[in-house]
Amino acid sequence: MVPVSYYLILSGILFACGVTGFLIKRNIITIFMSIELMLNGVNLSFVAFAAEWKALSGQVFVFFVMVVAAAEAAVGLAIIIAVYRTRETLNVDQVNLLKL
Amino acid sequence: MLPQTADYMRLLPEIVLTVFGMIVMVMDAAAEGRGEGRSRGRSIGRIKDRRIEKILGAVALVGSLAAITATFVQAQYPGFAFWNMVQVDSFSVFFHFLVAAVTAVVILTSFEYMEVQQIRAGEYYALILFGAAGMSLMSSAVELVLVFIALEISSISTYVLAGFRRRAAISSESSVKYFLLGSFATAFFLYGVALMFGATGSTNIATIGDVLRSGQIPLLAYAGVALMFVGLGFKVAAAPFHIWTPDVYEGAPSPVVGFMSTAPKAAVFAVLLRIMFEAHAPGRIGLIWVVAALSMTIGNLGALVQDNIKRLLAYSSIAHAGYLLVAYAALPDNGIPAAMFYTASYAAMNVGAFAVVSHFGSAGERYVTLGDYSGLGRRSPLLAATLTIFLLSLIGIPITGGFFAKFYVFSAALQANLVGLVIVGVLNSAVGAYYYLRIIVVMYMREPQQEVPVARIPVGLGFALAISLVTTIYLGVLPGRVLEYASRTATAWMR
Repeated sequence: MVPVSYYLILSGILFACGVTGFLIKRNIITIFMSIELMLNGVNLSFVAFAAEWKALSGQVFVFFVMVVAAAEAAVGLAIIIAVYRTRETLNVDQVNLLKL
Repeated sequence: MLPQTADYMRLLPEIVLTVFGMIVMVMDAAAEGRGEGRSRGRSIGRIKDRRIEKILGAVALVGSLAAITATFVQAQYPGFAFWNMVQVDSFSVFFHFLVAAVTAVVILTSFEYMEVQQIRAGEYYALILFGAAGMSLMSSAVELVLVFIALEISSISTYVLAGFRRRAAISSESSVKYFLLGSFATAFFLYGVALMFGATGSTNIATIGDVLRSGQIPLLAYAGVALMFVGLGFKVAAAPFHIWTPDVYEGAPSPVVGFMSTAPKAAVFAVLLRIMFEAHAPGRIGLIWVVAALSMTIGNLGALVQDNIKRLLAYSSIAHAGYLLVAYAALPDNGIPAAMFYTASYAAMNVGAFAVVSHFGSAGERYVTLGDYSGLGRRSPLLAATLTIFLLSLIGIPITGGFFAKFYVFSAALQANLVGLVIVGVLNSAVGAYYYLRIIVVMYMREPQQEVPVARIPVGLGFALAISLVTTIYLGVLPGRVLEYASRTATAWMR
């Protein structure tokens, strides 16, 4: 059997990939995908911990997270379309009316 | 194991808000379908549109008032509901009342705003109600996964609300920024929850607290607390997670900014109180110390150089998040009431300030720079006086709510021997006074460079301003009752 720590390390790596993607990618859709990757990393660790604690609740949480992620995707894509309509670009460097 | 009637009673405000939100959605859709079929003349259609919007707004207002009433019903049923997922105690009732009251004031402000900006409203009001439902749920949730879901309900609604001036490019830009950074923060919060689950085998806040109090604290718990704090810190706009705040506040519609700078923040602060004190989060004081000091300093220094009043108030809200966090480093028995009092008085003064900003902004939010405010004292004495009181309260001048809020927070911190943090806070208050006073000086002593029209104050907005003004002054003159209520909560809480 694969030890639980392997899953946890993998989930950490997935989460870190998501964070890196969020920080270095310039296309809004890709940035959004990076966030989904982070959430999936979290899901993996929920399941791994559920197996370790022999608690079913951890696996149920994953469903909730997936549902929320889907709702977020629906709203997020709608917002992205709204931005595209006004700016005709999805590059974050060009979406810069508000100075940082 | 079916839920009992009492379970539903304990969730009554959320149920009321959701039901009214759905009513608004359905009415909007029904009215739209019929309007297209019957009226061919466009001008007639538009007049009808306005009337329908007014009705929808009124329904939403009734919904928020019903939610306020529902909190009193809910208060009669203290205890746990839905298998220990939700806890109704005087703490959660306090925040339910606060969120519902802010919602009502924001809806009152929105009537005029929607008309002036010519936004087809409908779902706007529904989203405010849905968001308020999420925020209420957050303050009574004692299960971290439920906190996550409630956080998302409130966040997703506010993401959409931020982009409601669809034709203005900066509005959708602010919406997308809020959405991306908000979801990023949520993922951090969720990872924190997962690690906490791994460290303690539970996501129930009370159980986590028992486990952490009982034995050696696992290293994972520290990581879990830190990650959850990152996620929640983003939501309350505490430095160093504040970068989104000025941009989003500048682009979003002003009433929405008034809403999202108070209600969701209050709810997240409630969650943070539960996590920090009830779950007995390890490494609390060091973490809070750094973040509070950073938020106060960055917020106040950032506000000094702002010319746009919405950006200025955004930086001021970062600073206020810092002051509020000071209470989290204090001891629970006076830190909790101080924090609760602060959220209430901050909500009153900030919602009021943004109500003035949204009225004065006019069509397309044209007048939002400091220069536009020059001479306002002469052109509209009432509006200027109201804004002045809110600003004085934000500074923390006596006889306003802001004074006692700061006073209780700093004295709670002093009792916990956090002298360094209090010194940072007091110095920052002095810096803060400068930029708030600058607005007042501009309003009363500067000649206007151009003719800026000031519309008459409509009834809805008048009520909104009156409510926030009375609350601000009430909290400044007679803070005793609210504070006593809050400290009773704290004692009940610490068992």
